[in-house]
Amino acid sequence: MYPSRFRYEAPRSLDEARALLTRFGDEAKILAGGQSLVPLLKLRFAAPELLVDINNIPGLDHHREDADGTLRIGALCRHVSLERSALLPGRHPLMASAAPLIADPIVRNRGTLVGSLCHSDPQGDWASVLLALGGSIVALGPSGRRTIPASEFSLGPFQNALLPGEIAIEAVVPAAQGHVSGSYLKLERRVGDFATAGVAVALEMSGDTVTRAGIALTGVGPSNIAATAAEQALTGRALTTDTIDEAAELAAAAAQPRSDHRGSAAYKRHVVATFVRRGLQRQEVGAAA
Amino acid sequence: MTAVDEVKIGGMGASRRRVEDARFVRGRGNYVDDIKLPGMLHMEVLRSPLAHATITSIDTSKAWEIPGVRLVLTGEMMAQRNLAWMPTLSYDTQAVLATDKVRFQGQEVCVVIADDPYIAKDGCEAIVVDYEPLPPVVNPLQSRAADAPIIRDDKEGQTDNTCYRWEVGDRAATDRAFATADVVSKLKLHYPRSHPSPIECCGAVADYNPATQKLSVFMTTQAPHIIRAAFALVTELPEHMIRIISPDIGGGFGNKVPVYPGYVAATLASILLGKPVKWIEDKTGNLISTGFGRDMYLDGEMALRSDGKILAVRMHADTDQGAFFSDAQPSKFKIGLMHSAFACYDVGAGHITAQGHYTNKAPGGVAYRCSFRVTEAMFFQERMMQAAAVDLGMDQAEFRRRNLLHDDAFPARTPFGFLVDSGQYGKCLQIGLDAIGYDQFKIDQAEARTRGRRLGIGISTMTEPLGAGNSREYDILGIKMFDSAELRVHMTGKAILRVGAKSQGQGHETTWGQIVAHELGIPAADVIVEEGDTDTAPFGMGTYASRSTPVAGAAIAMVSRKIRAKARKLAAHLLEVSEEDVEWELGRFYVRGAPERGATIQECAMAAYSNMPDGMEPGLENNAYYDPPNLTWPFACYIATVEVDPATGVWDVLRVVAVDDCGVRINPMIVEGQIMGGLTEAYAAASMQFQTYDADGNIVGSNYMDYLLPTAWETPGFELHEVVTPCPHHPLGAKGVGECATVGGPAAFVNAVHDALSDTGVRNIDMPLLPDRVWQAVQDGQDVSGMPPVRSDA
Ligand SMILES: Cc1cc2nc3c(=O)[nH]c(=O)nc-3n(C[C@H](O)[C@H](O)[C@H](O)COP(=O)(O)OP(=O)(O)OC[C@H]3O[C@@H](n4cnc5c(N)ncnc54)[C@H](O)[C@@H]3O)c2cc1C
Repeated sequence: MYPSRFRYEAPRSLDEARALLTRFGDEAKILAGGQSLVPLLKLRFAAPELLVDINNIPGLDHHREDADGTLRIGALCRHVSLERSALLPGRHPLMASAAPLIADPIVRNRGTLVGSLCHSDPQGDWASVLLALGGSIVALGPSGRRTIPASEFSLGPFQNALLPGEIAIEAVVPAAQGHVSGSYLKLERRVGDFATAGVAVALEMSGDTVTRAGIALTGVGPSNIAATAAEQALTGRALTTDTIDEAAELAAAAAQPRSDHRGSAAYKRHVVATFVRRGLQRQEVGAAA
Repeated sequence: MTAVDEVKIGGMGASRRRVEDARFVRGRGNYVDDIKLPGMLHMEVLRSPLAHATITSIDTSKAWEIPGVRLVLTGEMMAQRNLAWMPTLSYDTQAVLATDKVRFQGQEVCVVIADDPYIAKDGCEAIVVDYEPLPPVVNPLQSRAADAPIIRDDKEGQTDNTCYRWEVGDRAATDRAFATADVVSKLKLHYPRSHPSPIECCGAVADYNPATQKLSVFMTTQAPHIIRAAFALVTELPEHMIRIISPDIGGGFGNKVPVYPGYVAATLASILLGKPVKWIEDKTGNLISTGFGRDMYLDGEMALRSDGKILAVRMHADTDQGAFFSDAQPSKFKIGLMHSAFACYDVGAGHITAQGHYTNKAPGGVAYRCSFRVTEAMFFQERMMQAAAVDLGMDQAEFRRRNLLHDDAFPARTPFGFLVDSGQYGKCLQIGLDAIGYDQFKIDQAEARTRGRRLGIGISTMTEPLGAGNSREYDILGIKMFDSAELRVHMTGKAILRVGAKSQGQGHETTWGQIVAHELGIPAADVIVEEGDTDTAPFGMGTYASRSTPVAGAAIAMVSRKIRAKARKLAAHLLEVSEEDVEWELGRFYVRGAPERGATIQECAMAAYSNMPDGMEPGLENNAYYDPPNLTWPFACYIATVEVDPATGVWDVLRVVAVDDCGVRINPMIVEGQIMGGLTEAYAAASMQFQTYDADGNIVGSNYMDYLLPTAWETPGFELHEVVTPCPHHPLGAKGVGECATVGGPAAFVNAVHDALSDTGVRNIDMPLLPDRVWQAVQDGQDVSGMPPVRSDA
C-alpha cells in the first residue's frame, strides 16, 4: 500500500496525545486498531498530516464492571477481547453475541470497539449494540472530560460528535436491572462482510413484563437507528406473538434502507422485521425456561 | 535384490508431501515481488476513471517535476515506438497505453517510473488527463443496439460492436429432431462475470542490460514460452536475447496467461532507462483490468421424447468480451470449447451459435479454471438437465441415468465433433447417490416440507475435455499445443528435470518427480524439477486448462522411457550380456533367468559417465516433446444438499458429495486438494461471487469488500470419492483434473436451491444466488435473471 506522506507519533500518555491533538487539530488522526483508518490511507481517501498512534498508551485496553455493574470498555479494548471475555456471557448477552459477528478473526485481533464507534460507519455493528443498551462515550479534550450518549454520538456517515482535539477514551454501558436478555442478528453475505442488515435486541424483564427494551438497526440508514417506537411498544408489556409482531413492524418502519448491491430496500426492511421477530422470540423462549 | 518399493520412493499413487511447501510455508518462496535487482526502479500505472471517453489532453509536466520521478510514459510516446497497441492471443489488438480514447474503467493511460513506488504513485496523481465522456456500453444488449457507439473505432472495417460469430453442429439434423419431439424444454440464463483473483497480483521486473543487449523479464506468467514468442514478434529484439523467467507464482487460474500492458510498459521503460524496472499491480488493478471469466448469456432448448430420451440440443451464446478480444484460447475456436456441452450424454443432434460483443468493460472471458469456457458449457448443460427433468416430471437421477453414455459406448463421437475417450458414468452417479443417501433424502425432504422447511438436492454430472492439443486442432497464434520435458541423470543417479509447463501452486515439483520415480525407480526426492525459465526449460505451452499432467506429464513419462532405453544398453554392458537378455523391474535391470545378477538405475547412471561401452555417446540425458493424440475426458458427479430459509433467502449447504474419475491418480493428495479448491470456487460462484458494472460503466467488485471470496467459515465440508477409468491414450492413464470441480460444481449447488423451491414456480435464479435474489424469487414466484443489479433508487 502506498499512502500519501504522513508524520507518525506514538505518545506514551494521554497527556502527550492530547498535546499533539491540540497542536495539529484537524490535521491529526488517531490510530487505534487501524482496521478502518488504514484502508482509507491506502486508497488515499484520508491523507492526514499526522497519525497519533495511541497503542502505546497504558491503561486503555480494559473492559470491566464497576461495583454497581456499569460496564466500561477502554479505547484499546480489541474486538477479540470482547469475543473471548469471561465477563460478558450471562450478564451482557447482547455484547457477547455481537462480538463474534464483527468482521473476521484477523480484523477482530486488532480493531477496537471505541474505534468502531468513532469511525461512525452506518454499517458498523457496535453502534447498534450501544444504542440498544443505552450506552455512552467518554471523551477527553482540551477542556476536560465529558460523556456523550450513544444516541447523540454519530452525526451521520463517518461523522461523530467529537470536537477537534478530543479523544474517546471509553465506552460505557449502564447496569441492567432484572432478568437480562439480548442478542445480535446479522445478515452478511460471508464472514467479514458488513451487514446487509443487522438488529440488536436487549431486554430487561421483571417476571413476564418487559421493563426496558432496546432495539437498534445496522446498515439500514445514514446512521445506526434506535427503533424507539418498537421499544416503547414492548415496554410494560409481556412478550406475546402480538407484541412481538407489533414491535417487528414498528422497527421495520423505522428503518431507512437504500437499495444497493446487497439487496433492495424492500428486502432489507423485511429482514429487519424478521430479525426483530426472531430476536424477541429467542428471549421469549429464554424467559419461559 | 528386488525391485524398489514404489510407494517408498514416492512413485505412482504415493500421497507424497509437496516439496514446494517447505519454502512456501516458511516465507522462502521467490515471487516476482521478492526480486530486487541493483538500481531497480518502480513503476505505477495511471488508470482511466471513466468507462468510455475521448482523451483530449494529457499533461505530465507536474509529474516530471517530482524529485525521484525518472520517466513518464504516455500512449503517444509508446506510439512513437509502435508499441501503443499490441496483438492479443485471439488475433485482436489491445491498447498498451491509451492514445485516442479510453474504453473501460481502469484502462492503462500512463505509467510513471520512479525511485520508489510511493513517488511513482505521487507521480500518477500529478498527471492531468482531460476526458470527453462518451456513452458507455455495459452489456451485449446495449452493444447490439442500432444507435450504440462503436467501441472499436480504431479497427479498420469495424462497423458494429460484434467481436466474432461462430457456429458448430448440424443445424438441419437438429431441426429435424426438434420436429419429432414430445416435449421441448427451454432455458435462458446468465453466467456472471467473475474474476480469478489470485492472491498474488500480476507484476514484472524487466531488466534490459545495455552492455549485453539482453532483456530478462521476471514475470507472473503461466506460459513463459508463449510470452517470449510474443515479445520476439512485437519488439525488435531477437528471440535469443529475450529471457522470460516465471519464478514462484501465487496462483494463476488463467488470470496470468494473457500479455498485459504493464509487462510491456515496464519492459520499454527498462530499455529506455537501461535499468531494471519493477511493476507490481495492486489488488484493485488486478480486479479491474486483468483477465476475468464468463459473462455469458445462454439461451437454449432440448428436444425430448416422453420416455426421457434426449433427441437434440440447441443453444445460442452471447459473450461480453469487454473492450478487447484478449483471450488466450485455441485459435480455431472463438468461444473456447463451449461445444463440449452435453458430451457425457447421448443427445443425438446438436447445434450451437455464438456471438462475441465488445463492451466498455475490462477485456477477457476465458479465465478462472474454466478450461476454455467449458465452465459455462457444463453449467448450462446441468441446469438444462434439471429443467428438462422437471418438465418431464421425471426424477433428476433417473433422467441422467437414461441419457448418460454407457460404458461400452467409448470412444464416443459427440454431435459437435469431439471424441470422448473413456468412462464409467453410471457407476460414478450411483456411488454419488449412495453416498448422499438419495432415496432417504427424498423422504426426509417431503417430510420437512410438511413442517415448512425447504430442503433441496442438486446433481451435476459431466465430462470435460482437458489437455489441449492435439496439434492438428489446437494452436495459439499458430503455435501447436504440445509440451515438453528434458531429463538429465547425473552420475550418482540424481537428476534434474526441466519441463515446459509452469506451476502456479499445483505442485508440479512434487508430481513430476513421482512420474520419474515410477518410470525409472529413481526416488522422487532425488529429482529436482525446474520450470519457467525460457533460457533453460524446453519450449512448452504452459499451464492452464488442466493440461499439465495430460501433456507435460506424458512428456515426462516419454523422456524417462528414453532414458530407460539407454540405461538398458548400459546395463547389458555392465552385466556382460546382450540387451535382449536384460529384464526391467522398478529401479533395476537383471539378467533373464538369473534375477540376482542385476544393475540398478544408479549403477547404469554411473556407467554412463565412467564406463560406457565403446562407441556409445557418453552421458544420460534426453528430451521429449509430446503431442497428445486426443484430449483426456475425466468424469465427475457432484451432489449437494441445502436448506433454504424462505424468510431471508439465506441457504445453507448441508452436504457435498464429489465422485471424480480422473483416471490414474499420480499423487492422490494433490488431486484431492485440486478438487476441494475447485468445489470451494464452485460454491463461491453459486453463492456470492460476481463483478458487475453500473450504468455509467463503473465497476462493482474492485476490492475484496465488494468482490467476495469465501472463507473457511462458510465453505462447506466436502466428501470425496473416486473411480478410476485409466485414460486409454495417456502413457500413465492419467486425465486432467484441475478444473473439474470448478466446472461441474456450481450446478450442483444451484440445482439444489432450485429443488428446494420446486413448488414455487421459480424455474431459474441466475448466479450468484444471493439471499435477496432467492427471497425475491420466492416472494414473487418468478425467475430472477441477469447480473445482480446495482440499484440506486435512494
Ligand atoms: C475486512 C474488514 C471487515 C470489517 N467488518 C466489519 C463488520 O462486519 N462490522 C463492523 O462493525 N466493523 C467491521 N470492520 C471495521 C472494524 O470493526 C474496525 O475495527 C473498526 O471500525 C475501527 O476500529 P479500529 O480500532 O480499527 O479504528 P481505526 O481504524 O484505528 O480508526 C477508525 C477511525 O476512528 C478514529 N478513532 C479511533 N480510535 C479513536 C479514539 N479513541 N478517539 C477518537 N477517534 C478515534 C480514527 O481516527 C479513525 O478515524 C471491518 C474492517 C475490515 C478491515
